[in-house]
Amino acid sequence: MGSERFKAMEQLLIMNPLDFPILSTTIFLPLIGAILILLMRNEKAIKVTGLITGFITFAVSLLIFINFRTDTHNFQFGEHIPWIPNYNINYTLGIDGITIFLILLTTFLAPICMLCSWTAIKERFKEFLFCILVMETAMIGVFCSLDFILFYIFWEAMLIPMYLLIAVWGGPRKDYASIKFFIYTLFGSVFLLVAIIALYLNNGTFSILSASYKDYSITFQTWVFLAFAIAFAIKVPMFPFHTWLPAAHTEAPTAGSVFLASVLLKMGTYGFLRFCLPIAPKASIYFAPLMITLSVIGIVYGGFVCLSQTDMKKLIAYSSVAHMGFVTLGIFSFTLFGLEGAMLQMLNHGITTGGLFLCVGIVYERTHSREIYDNAGLSKIMPIYVGFFGLFSLSAFAFPGTNNFVGEIYVLIGIFFQHKIAGFFAVVGAVLAAAYMLRLLKQIIWGRVDKRVIADMNVREIIYLLPLVLFVLWMGIFPRPFVVVMEKSLSFLMTQMRTYY
Amino acid sequence: MLILPELTIFLFSVLFLFISTRSKKGNILPYAKLFSALVFLISLISISKSGELFSGAYRIDLFSQVFKMLILLGFCLVIFMFENKEEIDDEFLPEYFMFIGFSALGLMMLVSSVELISIVIALEVSSYSLYVILPLRKSQTRIQIEASMKYLFFGAVSTGIMLFGMGYIYGIAHSTFLKDIIPVLPGFLNQPIGLIALVFTLTGFFFKLSLFPMHFWSPDIYEGASNTTTTFIGTIPKLAAAALLIRITMLAYPGSMQFINILIILAALSMTFGNLVGLVQKDIKRLLAYSGIAHAGYLLMGILALSKDGNASAIYYITIYMFMNLACFYVVILLSKTGANVTLNDLTGLSKRSPLLALLLAVSAFSLAGIPPTGGFTGKLFLLTSAFKAGHLSIVLIGAVNTVISIFFYLNLVRMSYSKEGTVVEPLRLSFKEKVLCYIFIFAILYMGILPFGLFEVFKASI
Repeated sequence: MGSERFKAMEQLLIMNPLDFPILSTTIFLPLIGAILILLMRNEKAIKVTGLITGFITFAVSLLIFINFRTDTHNFQFGEHIPWIPNYNINYTLGIDGITIFLILLTTFLAPICMLCSWTAIKERFKEFLFCILVMETAMIGVFCSLDFILFYIFWEAMLIPMYLLIAVWGGPRKDYASIKFFIYTLFGSVFLLVAIIALYLNNGTFSILSASYKDYSITFQTWVFLAFAIAFAIKVPMFPFHTWLPAAHTEAPTAGSVFLASVLLKMGTYGFLRFCLPIAPKASIYFAPLMITLSVIGIVYGGFVCLSQTDMKKLIAYSSVAHMGFVTLGIFSFTLFGLEGAMLQMLNHGITTGGLFLCVGIVYERTHSREIYDNAGLSKIMPIYVGFFGLFSLSAFAFPGTNNFVGEIYVLIGIFFQHKIAGFFAVVGAVLAAAYMLRLLKQIIWGRVDKRVIADMNVREIIYLLPLVLFVLWMGIFPRPFVVVMEKSLSFLMTQMRTYY
Repeated sequence: MLILPELTIFLFSVLFLFISTRSKKGNILPYAKLFSALVFLISLISISKSGELFSGAYRIDLFSQVFKMLILLGFCLVIFMFENKEEIDDEFLPEYFMFIGFSALGLMMLVSSVELISIVIALEVSSYSLYVILPLRKSQTRIQIEASMKYLFFGAVSTGIMLFGMGYIYGIAHSTFLKDIIPVLPGFLNQPIGLIALVFTLTGFFFKLSLFPMHFWSPDIYEGASNTTTTFIGTIPKLAAAALLIRITMLAYPGSMQFINILIILAALSMTFGNLVGLVQKDIKRLLAYSGIAHAGYLLMGILALSKDGNASAIYYITIYMFMNLACFYVVILLSKTGANVTLNDLTGLSKRSPLLALLLAVSAFSLAGIPPTGGFTGKLFLLTSAFKAGHLSIVLIGAVNTVISIFFYLNLVRMSYSKEGTVVEPLRLSFKEKVLCYIFIFAILYMGILPFGLFEVFKASI
């Protein structure tokens, strides 16, 4: 019976064409590196090993990208091993156009996170690197899993290193922030678990592929959607569930903030794309007005709150709420443009906000303050820094020619197609973004005139910011290659949704 | 030799009985360790034995042998964890080992008993030994005496209620043998007499498992007894209690709605009460007592599914519970140099004082809370799935919400040891043996979380 089910699933899953399990390699390389690090004592060796692990993982993930077939919507590089046969739990992996970039984003950011902590983390660097690498494993695992339990294990396991990153290496209010982060996210996840079990009892398997695109009853869909939506909305975070985010972002060390903003938040929107839409299409459409309303509130509210922030990290954290609002807006517009825009926005937000957090981290290392006033008027003192910071800020309010512009345009086209009013408010939010980012930028560049001595960026910092700059411009000017890769999977999702609605 | 494990543990106790009569005792701890390891090995060897003794009142099958193995594993671990010289007066040490051995013997007899009178006798053998060792605690004034009195009285009351229920069962079935009761009892389950008979009979094991409403003893006893005694009482009898709950609820198959509803209500109350009261605890042993009450509720979720999978997941859960609970208690034992109770504030700065111990605490706390990839999650997943499969969505939801409530205080343990700076900064040096035990616990908890299939197959086969 199990093999029949597997055959049905196989139609959607192309097995791994390479002669080694490339997805497993990508997932577990960081974990192996982490264990190696635990056994070492020399600090220099630890740093180098961690960095090398990060780079090798990135190289392997590039290999995935090179072999990725853009001519199919199916899942690729599939791996399938029975794990707990009693409950039909399998170790199933596979990626499609939606996940390939999220994996690349993760592996791309991991070495950057290590580099940015090179001198910022003064104590217990070994444990710090361990947490970062375990996080990387869990995050890649989340995006690769095609089995609910496997997914859930990675999804939850990630909480522990993230919690430790905030609780051990965080800022002054780390205690409060870490607990809030953990409990909030866990609260959402338990309902996810219940929904997963409900799906299992319905399908007899924990396979995500077997659960997708089926004609469940509308009541069942409603409950499953709600259970999923709570978990994902907390992770995104959508408006009223966002309160954990500013605290966690602000108190986390730079690397933690980057991971949180760039990858963790994407898991929520990824969840909507991968689970809510295919499994509960009717309920998704039924609840779309609610989700759109919440997204719009998030965009506008996030924008207004940003205007009154004096803490740089907090400002960027609230701007994340607004940016992620655009992503959910795109998803629930149910147009191909909207979905593509949402995907692009996910990547853009990962790069831009990651860059901004890195910039804050750089200046924090020098002035030991996150207050805007303390870091104001840097244009004469740190010209290179201001250059980078300016570029990321421009990108954050979607200046044409930068990556966010493309994503937001896609989303806006999608949403104007469906809901004019929602589109109008989204534009208001975009204007607000310009207002608060420019306010921040003005302060940082010209805010205050006095003679302070702050060292400008060093070579290491320039090196890890340059790749981000490259992507900001590349995705802003020539986004076509990115869209091509995700197009098939997203249009398949759209047609399936239409069929099952 | 069907009952070789029982005989060896009996010998273990007798040996210490003789040692206790000698005037010069010497260091007996190494012998205890060696002997307990031997007993565990013997139980491993005899795991595949099967047969019946005493005209069918004592059955040896995979189910009982698996539980005996688990009980002896726990027993062996407790003996190995015992090191602190400040906990129990040296002159009582042989008696202490003797009674702890007798208690384990009683529990082993319990899981093999398939006749009501044998069940009662086995239960009493194990309980009486515990009544005796409870007050053995060095350098405390009254607290342990109070604990032992409470344990004695609560134990007596619960045994009384159990006997009352058994009387009804006998009245219904005219036999004390479980195999004669099985065909008769389900017919009575829709009537008050059958229901009362069964629920009252279970009460004795609810008591051992500290399930609501028979939980009142556990916080005070945990607090009052010495750390090692608490480790034993809080873990090993629960294994046997779970076994007997499974055995006796099997009498009720296919079960009636009223009976299942009673179990659902008890499970829900138990986990909610345990977790809510656990939130405000400062003493770690008290906290673990309330956590034990909550876990009894989780465990019942598997049993009330009244299915093979449900029972197997209950066994799986009680096994992982043994490991994570022992791990938590081990942290308490190692932290308490004087044998006194450990409060939450004593945990501060633990990650600096001893990273390994902090890691052990974190792993076991996350496991108790049910966070993957630890065994606590996998066990809970099995439990939730079986309860859901049997159609009890309400208890599944309550269980899920309880997971969130409980994370507050489990996370607090981790928080205290990782993100609070402590007043005591001197490093806590662990000996080689202590390190090995820590690694064993961490390994077991993670192993049961990631690779559950082998063990689960064995447990399923044993039902």
